[in-house]
Amino acid sequence: MSDVRLDAVRKVYPGGVEAVKGVSLEIADGQFCVLVGPSGCGKSTLLRMVAGLETISGGTCAIDGKVVNEIEPAERDIAMVFQNYALYPHMSVYDNMAYGLRNRGTPKDEIDARVKEAARILEVEPFLARKPKALSGGQRQRVAMGRAIVRKPKVFLFDEPLSNLDAKLRIQMRVEIKKLQRALKTTSIYVTHDQLEAMTLADQLVVMNKGQVEQAGAPLDLYEKPQTIFVAGFIGAPPMNLVTVPEAGLPGLTLIERPAGPVVLGIRPEHLHEQPMGPDTLTVEIVVSAVEAVGAETYLYGALHGHGPELIVRVPGRATHAPGQRIRACAEASQLHFFNPQTGRRID
Amino acid sequence: MEKRVVFHGKLLPFLLLAPQLLVTLIFFYLPAGQAVWQSFLVQDAFGLSTEFVWFENYQILFAKGEYYRTMLTTAIFSSLVAFFSLSIALLFAVQADKHIKFATGYKTLLIWPYAVAPAIAGVLWLFMFQPSLGLVSQAIRAAGFEWNPLLDQNHAMALVVMAATWKQISYNFLFFLAGLQAIPKSVIEAAAIDGATPMRRFWTIIFPLLSPTTFFLLVVNIVYVFFDTFGIIDAATQGGPAKGTETLVYKVFSDGKSGGDLGGSAAQSVVLMVIVIALTAIQFRYVERKVQY
Repeated sequence: MSDVRLDAVRKVYPGGVEAVKGVSLEIADGQFCVLVGPSGCGKSTLLRMVAGLETISGGTCAIDGKVVNEIEPAERDIAMVFQNYALYPHMSVYDNMAYGLRNRGTPKDEIDARVKEAARILEVEPFLARKPKALSGGQRQRVAMGRAIVRKPKVFLFDEPLSNLDAKLRIQMRVEIKKLQRALKTTSIYVTHDQLEAMTLADQLVVMNKGQVEQAGAPLDLYEKPQTIFVAGFIGAPPMNLVTVPEAGLPGLTLIERPAGPVVLGIRPEHLHEQPMGPDTLTVEIVVSAVEAVGAETYLYGALHGHGPELIVRVPGRATHAPGQRIRACAEASQLHFFNPQTGRRID
Repeated sequence: MEKRVVFHGKLLPFLLLAPQLLVTLIFFYLPAGQAVWQSFLVQDAFGLSTEFVWFENYQILFAKGEYYRTMLTTAIFSSLVAFFSLSIALLFAVQADKHIKFATGYKTLLIWPYAVAPAIAGVLWLFMFQPSLGLVSQAIRAAGFEWNPLLDQNHAMALVVMAATWKQISYNFLFFLAGLQAIPKSVIEAAAIDGATPMRRFWTIIFPLLSPTTFFLLVVNIVYVFFDTFGIIDAATQGGPAKGTETLVYKVFSDGKSGGDLGGSAAQSVVLMVIVIALTAIQFRYVERKVQY
């Protein structure tokens, strides 16, 4: 039983740069929390503060109800998986996993049992005697995970653990991490810049930008109801179309119902369709400039009315569209998002 | 794909290599060859007649007990200097690797002694530790210790060890610092999370990971102590008192120049040459392989 609670956590570096500007988060026991955001948004710094590798400039971080601000990393009962795996290059896989237990004076036979158990779970048993340099990227990743799980810590911390792997392995490991976390039920905080990884792994998804939390919640809640323009543009691939619509409207764009004043209109490419389906509120006329076929679907890129803002439309299956073609796409009222252009916040 | 410059014709590459080859030939191979040749010769005291004697110079050398004594002195001297200069430099490098204030100034000051010529370093330490006038000697004497490197062999040894160590720390420091900075920070952090105390972190992670650097420096330091400390010894003790600080390289000089035994001195320098070739071979062979993880 171990939850993590951050209360107005701040990080100010010497020199005055504020990397984290007051983040409050509650991560329930056993929850998989993913911090996602562009590089430099403070997500890694936040994770390192939980780990104890960075001092906390303001606010408190509590693990299992105990404030850990002044507690050494070793005493926090956490385990961390690093982006470059950070395996001890001069030690065998076995010793890598046993190191943390030995430092804590665990009895030898228990170390042996735990390391073998972890090796079995992560399928690295054949490599126990090898040095890390004799392993592939994926195997190193497993060893790094093994080193984390043998200790049975209260919290797992992951710092972009998959970003050094190739695309195929990344998806495979992503699924395995999720399964492992489900099986062990250990509270986890996972940092990534990959929104797809974030969406698929998270129980609680936290989108960060410029040192602050933009929105936190279930992944699909963020997808369906982004609270800010930033979240709207960050979650989903290809990204949501965001068009600034002045009070007087835009040529080529018909909106039946809309909030008063200038707004930013958000509509996902997958919610624009060519055939009108019942009561469509939005109709756009686009001149196609590029066609991207990815197999299961096709993305059409084009400018509104030929010279307006750029929009993306997803068409299922193969498309016969050609650049220069003029198309009309519609969307239902329930799929539209409106944001205040000044504050960037959602208008409901 | 690797891009390579291809020279058509052979003249240009040879011309480009010529200056370095000439320097190597004139200043390294020629004197080395001369030494080998001379080691087979015996000259009379006035240099009027020269006789080719094959290995007689070597036989005489190894038959005399004093050569073994010099070897022992060199062994003691080099192990002391290598041990102290490596361990002190490592200590300094570990400190400099931490985020400290004035790190740049600290590093610059540490590197300075390396720029001092060996003879000047010897004189510097000689003055500081000169029994009657030296500043440090006066302090030592005031503390009630009878310090006299001019008479006591152990004191003289301590003096040249200090001077040689002091000069070599800079070099070792630079390599250790570079070695420390090449260790990924996350590995140290992982060890910290794994519950290793800073002391344990050093001995179980940092020190093993530095072993290639340490081994390289050990070989370089031994070569340094064998050869480059000549200036220090000549300026500080001249091998004395009673040959207590006479190393192999200093004996080459004193037997050849002061003793006038050119053949014997050449034989000694050939022995030294073999030692340094062996050390270099060990280094080339093992530094890339054995000491790696």
